Amino acid sequence: MSQAGPQLRTRAEGLAAALPPLLVQAEHLASTVLLGAHGRRRAGTGDEFWQYRPLSEGDEARQIDWRRSAKSDVHFIRQREWQAAQSVVIWVDGSRSMGFSGDRSRPAKSDRARLLALALSVLLVRGGERVGLANIGTPPRSGQVQLLRLAEALSDELSAEDYGRPETPGLPLHARAVFLSDFLGDMDAVEAALAKAADRGVHGMLFQVLDPAEESFPFDGRTIFESMGGTLRHETLKAGELKERYLERLAERKDRLERLARLSGWLYTCHHTGDSAQTALLWLYTALERTR
Amino acid sequence: MWMLGPLGFTAPLLLLGLLALPVLWIILRAVPPAPIRRRFPGVALLLGLTDEETQADRTPWWLLLLRMLAAAAVIVGFAGPVLNPQSDESGSGPLLVLIDGTWADAGDWTKRRDRIAVALEEAGRAGRPVALASRTDLVPAPPDFLSADRWLNRLAGLEPRPWSPEAAAQADWIDALGTQDFDTLWLSDGMADPARTEMLAALEARGEVRVIETGRPVLGLLPAMYVDGIVDLTALRTRSGLEQAAEIAAIGLDPAGTERQLAVVPVTFPADATRAEVDLSLPPELRNRVTRFEITGARAAGAVTLTDDSLKRREVALIAGRTDREGLQLLSPLHYLEQALAPTADLIDGALTDLLLANPDVIVLADVARLAPAEEAGLQDWVENGGLLLRFAGPRLAASDVSRDALDPLMPVRLRQGGRSVGGAMSWGEPKGLRPFAESSPFFGLAIPAEVTVTSQVMAQPDPDLSQSVIAALEDGTPLVTRKRMGEGQVVLFHVTANAEWSSLPLSGLFVQMLERLAVSTRSAAPGAEELSGTTWTAERVLDGFGRISDAETLAGVPGERIAEGQLGAEMPPGLYANGDRRLAVNVLGSEAALAPADWPARIPVEGMEIAAETRLTGPVLALALALFGLDLIASLWLSGRLRRASQGALAALALVAILPLGEVQAQQSDDGLALMATNEVVLAHVITGDARTDRVAAAGLKGLSDTLYARTSVEPTDPIAVNLETDELAFFPFLYWPIALDQPIPSAEAYARLNRYLRSGGMILFDTRDADIGSFGSGTAAGRKLQQLARPLDIPPLEPIPEDHVLTRTFYLLQDFPGRFASRDVWVEAAPADAERADGMPFRNLNDNVTPVVIGGNDWAAAWAVDEYGGPMFPVGRGHAGDRQREIALRFGVNLVMHVLTGNYKSDQVHVPDLLERLGQ
Repeated sequence: MSQAGPQLRTRAEGLAAALPPLLVQAEHLASTVLLGAHGRRRAGTGDEFWQYRPLSEGDEARQIDWRRSAKSDVHFIRQREWQAAQSVVIWVDGSRSMGFSGDRSRPAKSDRARLLALALSVLLVRGGERVGLANIGTPPRSGQVQLLRLAEALSDELSAEDYGRPETPGLPLHARAVFLSDFLGDMDAVEAALAKAADRGVHGMLFQVLDPAEESFPFDGRTIFESMGGTLRHETLKAGELKERYLERLAERKDRLERLARLSGWLYTCHHTGDSAQTALLWLYTALERTR
Repeated sequence: MWMLGPLGFTAPLLLLGLLALPVLWIILRAVPPAPIRRRFPGVALLLGLTDEETQADRTPWWLLLLRMLAAAAVIVGFAGPVLNPQSDESGSGPLLVLIDGTWADAGDWTKRRDRIAVALEEAGRAGRPVALASRTDLVPAPPDFLSADRWLNRLAGLEPRPWSPEAAAQADWIDALGTQDFDTLWLSDGMADPARTEMLAALEARGEVRVIETGRPVLGLLPAMYVDGIVDLTALRTRSGLEQAAEIAAIGLDPAGTERQLAVVPVTFPADATRAEVDLSLPPELRNRVTRFEITGARAAGAVTLTDDSLKRREVALIAGRTDREGLQLLSPLHYLEQALAPTADLIDGALTDLLLANPDVIVLADVARLAPAEEAGLQDWVENGGLLLRFAGPRLAASDVSRDALDPLMPVRLRQGGRSVGGAMSWGEPKGLRPFAESSPFFGLAIPAEVTVTSQVMAQPDPDLSQSVIAALEDGTPLVTRKRMGEGQVVLFHVTANAEWSSLPLSGLFVQMLERLAVSTRSAAPGAEELSGTTWTAERVLDGFGRISDAETLAGVPGERIAEGQLGAEMPPGLYANGDRRLAVNVLGSEAALAPADWPARIPVEGMEIAAETRLTGPVLALALALFGLDLIASLWLSGRLRRASQGALAALALVAILPLGEVQAQQSDDGLALMATNEVVLAHVITGDARTDRVAAAGLKGLSDTLYARTSVEPTDPIAVNLETDELAFFPFLYWPIALDQPIPSAEAYARLNRYLRSGGMILFDTRDADIGSFGSGTAAGRKLQQLARPLDIPPLEPIPEDHVLTRTFYLLQDFPGRFASRDVWVEAAPADAERADGMPFRNLNDNVTPVVIGGNDWAAAWAVDEYGGPMFPVGRGHAGDRQREIALRFGVNLVMHVLTGNYKSDQVHVPDLLERLGQ
């Protein structure tokens, strides 16, 4: 279930290689924007050359580019492009319930979720963004070292608790957040986390990862269902008869998640481990671009 | 043991457990099936959901029933069910198991032995000492009462004897019985036997007697009688009442010396008869081969009857020196011979050379003096191979100088000139009678009638070894019949004529008897007691109780009187006895024998043989329980939904089975495709040898040759075809290339039939041993030997190395060498006819009119012809330019070969072209 760090990273980079670098567009967070690799198509603080502009009132003399000015009679000022880096905080559910896989041929939900999280991180880091993992509370940083750190954190054993609660300590203002979980646990915790994030002006995505078995409920006969950690149990005499009601409840849960997301300006999707991870990553990529 | 019909139980109390089954039913019904534990994160969504049905999920009734049955089977199984349990034998004290042990027992001997074993085991369980005695093998001593297992060990060696119990031996045994009391179990063979009453009385005096007898009728076969050219067979049975059919087989050696059924005739007993007769008419050739008749499937000595001389009809060829004068039949030198032999022998006549081809048993030369050298040589060969040449003297022989100075090979003695005449009008003496036959003579014992007199005879030269040759003499000691052994046969000379001119011998019955003794004619009936007296017969082949024939080995000779008496026994088993050249069959059943069922007094209980063997059912019943539990397992899995994955696999397997037949249909269609492909165009073909590399090279070689033909000639073959000798039709191919692979399997007989048909209808096979580098043709290389082995059944004409003027040398190119990868000159084709001659002015002989069916060589042509996929040569041939030249010549040979196959001797006719041109010019 748990992947060795380098291996997970290799796979994640492999998956990320197929996509162009993801450029997150910052919206209107001037105060939190730090210099990054994102050209804002306007003059400002940054490293890259933007344009030469004739000297005007109010400009300081040290801003004059003498080499350009010497070619003509006018004084020119060399302007740089305004660049800003985005902070993305990812929370990957590390609870026991994510360790479930309905079939030996399918990866566990946690495997898929962690893979997607890291792939997204790779894309973001490559694009110069700063990425942090909410699980370990690291502040968003860019660079390869951060990626290594993330990969190591994502390769940890699953925690002992049955269902995960989103936690976002030190969520930067107006950052981006991605929650990857099965969202089968307590919905109040999700709601609280979303409210907290909305307060800080954070937009993001609820990314639900489910196993196809959880969607189809292919059980029959007398069965005792236990949660992955064993804390919850439910006994039934005819599992087949529960199917419809279970599916009803699942749909209800999805509906509630979507409503929550819509209310707080987040995006929601449900991904099945039976489907391709590439599609999911693509969705995350476009979603990050769309949330503005 | 508690019995329930034929079923017994060793532990019947356990069956009470069956009462608990209803309780089990209720319990099983009340308890729902065990739950499955599943880890499932979605359980959070399930919390609070209740089952709609408050009732427990019940086990279905049929599953319950299955479990009940399984449980019941377990209970019954452990209760120890036994089918047909053997009830314990009553009685105590010693038990005598007495069997008849005659041939009538042999038919169901295994059953009898099993029954004896059962009886012995029972006695062993009851702790009774047992003795076993066979009435055909009685030892005059008190029965040897031992523990049962000692007898069980000896049981395997017990065998039925091919004779009936001997009354005398039985009387001795009864006398030696002693006073001990014992019970008797008598396994009767079911045949009437006068000595049985006596035995029964003796046994009843000592204890209880039980009799076991099968109701099976015993079948017997009387000796075959030969009446008027038809073999009369009579089958007997002990009981009448039902119509019964049987088959009688005549068994003998076929011409190859293998014993086989020569004829089979069905015989049916009418419902109320114990006797069934059938006539069998066989050609003399076949009849003489018959060694025995038997009722098929009877497996008893009584159902086998051996044949002897009485059935054999010798073929006698009669040849007279004098041409018959019409109307003077009584003077014919052959008349008396014909009269004497006609009833008992098949007479043939014709030219001597023709007769020799028919290989008769006897050739009679009546007054024949001179023979043509070819006839003489043929006769000598024939005599040395076992023929009997019987010569009669006469005026011609007396007048000739045959065997006068030197012993003629076809005469037993030298003759003096002229012969002599006694008792005639011009002579002094009286006609001479015969001297009694000496003991060494084959005629010994024949009574000599007084009226037999001899008036004329040819005289033997008094050579030193004359006395050994004489087997009959006149009163004055002059030889009358002389004999000489020659190879396996003999030459016998009667010094008188075969008609009544010189003696009255042919008129007497003695003449017939003498011919019979010489095995010229054969007896028509069994020899009587007086005829047998004084003779000694040695057994050649003997019958055992089962009717099997074996060599007599070292059995002592039996005096004729004993045979006449007819009582078979250990010293005289049934079989074929020989005395000199005569054979006498001593059969179990004489010609007057009758079979009758045994008649037991009413007080004796007679039981049937049929005992149902005790069968312990514990194993099968427990196995049944196990199978039921297995079913239950599968059903439970299925019910709980755990069988889905397995069932998918099963579905796949079913689908696979359904798909399989499609493949065969496709194979069928491709067969027609081959025929079309092979007939639309000229196609070269090679034989699939089974060696992958050889086949590949052969295909590539033919491809190369086909390409060459296409490029250079008007023959435009398509891609070569590999031919499977076993399955493919060969008629489509003008030419077959057959490389010899060492591990090629020998084709089947059908394949050889096809090959021979192919060769006869103008096909050609190029055999290539591919070893000309290591050995020449016929030098015994491994491939050469394999070729011989493969080609042995083929219809291949005489061969010769390709002559210089063979048409193969000029069908397209002018060639004198036929190299392949190797350049050996050893290439063999059908030999030219012996009368092939070169006509005047022609450079070539007028050779075979046909295509040679085979070309045999070892030059590995295919390798020289072979091209790879790019059209380049596949294998190197020779070196440098010379090698290229050799490959070119090899290809030219291939072209010539195919041209030869396709055009036959067309090029032979071209030799006339110079003449034609010359004429046209004029």
